[in-house]
Amino acid sequence: MSWLDFFKARKPEPASASQAKERLQIVLAHERIGRTREDFLPKLQQEIVAVVARYVAIDPGRVNVSLDRGGDMSTLAIEIEMPGPQQNRPRHAAAS
Amino acid sequence: MAEVIVVTSGKGGVGKTTSSAAFATGLAQRGKKVVVIDFDVGLRNLDLIMGVERRVVFDIVNVIQGEARLNQALIRDKRVDTLSILPASQTRDKDALTKEGVGQIIEELAKDNDYILCDSPAGIEKGALLALYFADQAIVVTNPEVSSVRDSDRILGVLQSKSKRAEDKKDPVKEHLLVTRYDPARVEKGEMLKLDDIREILAIPLLGVIPESESVLRASNTGTPVVMDAESVAGQAYKDAVGRFLGEKVEHRFLEPQKKGIFSRLFGGRAA
Repeated sequence: MSWLDFFKARKPEPASASQAKERLQIVLAHERIGRTREDFLPKLQQEIVAVVARYVAIDPGRVNVSLDRGGDMSTLAIEIEMPGPQQNRPRHAAAS
Repeated sequence: MAEVIVVTSGKGGVGKTTSSAAFATGLAQRGKKVVVIDFDVGLRNLDLIMGVERRVVFDIVNVIQGEARLNQALIRDKRVDTLSILPASQTRDKDALTKEGVGQIIEELAKDNDYILCDSPAGIEKGALLALYFADQAIVVTNPEVSSVRDSDRILGVLQSKSKRAEDKKDPVKEHLLVTRYDPARVEKGEMLKLDDIREILAIPLLGVIPESESVLRASNTGTPVVMDAESVAGQAYKDAVGRFLGEKVEHRFLEPQKKGIFSRLFGGRAA
């Protein structure tokens, strides 16, 4: 530390500009891909929900999609609330 | 029933998005349930200022066109749990927004929120008109600069003629003036419009004055609404404005040049 720093009387702040650059690089990398390709997320989600619905009775309103875009890797999580065993039990089983 | 607030200005670059993010976060910090909507379709930026850009999956246009449910498009803030963000679409054009679609979204959001903030795009075209159409209250963001004051006056005229309240002949939209990037030192030197001059010309109640501050750029760099920076004068000024908005009596601060000590005079350094 230089003795001059004493006179500056300011604590060093973590540089925020580097964070700005990193955030921009990630968001722009994703947006530039999006410009040449159609946004597939809505369709992807609809198709996944349709496939699940073929096997289980689900409420399409109880589907949560979350995404975390990263530099090297992005995570897409699709959370589908499954009905409890009560509703899934076949009719004849419930009657007997 | 929720109050709908539009944050608007006419002119671009005066601090609408910064103010929307700060105000929404400030209201949520006070325990209010708040949702903030980006109306700038094609040029969204609220997500960046709020620091949620990596989590955007669906947007307002997806909801209007039935491709996603409102709940799926809302991004819940991880710092303040009563705050959520509805992003604008980045790829579609402004015509994707419809009055009916926006109306339905606002109606649904009104069920479980106290405040719905609409971050308007610049200009007085479709996006800006839809952002203000459903408003009960308007925060008009103005810089102490001739073109900004003129454009604010223009947008006040639009609020009084094109809003739903005006069309339905109900009580007019409640207007608030928020002066941003105010530099008391330059005002003192006579280089910048005085607060009183702006108030005299626009003649609407003053909600707050946000001083020019380095912390605003730092906040946008990191994606943290400036109101979360407790040391920042701009953050404190936004906090005060939120208090006034909620009906509290809060004195205006930061209207005079900061008294500089001998060290900061010699070695520079501006307002935090």
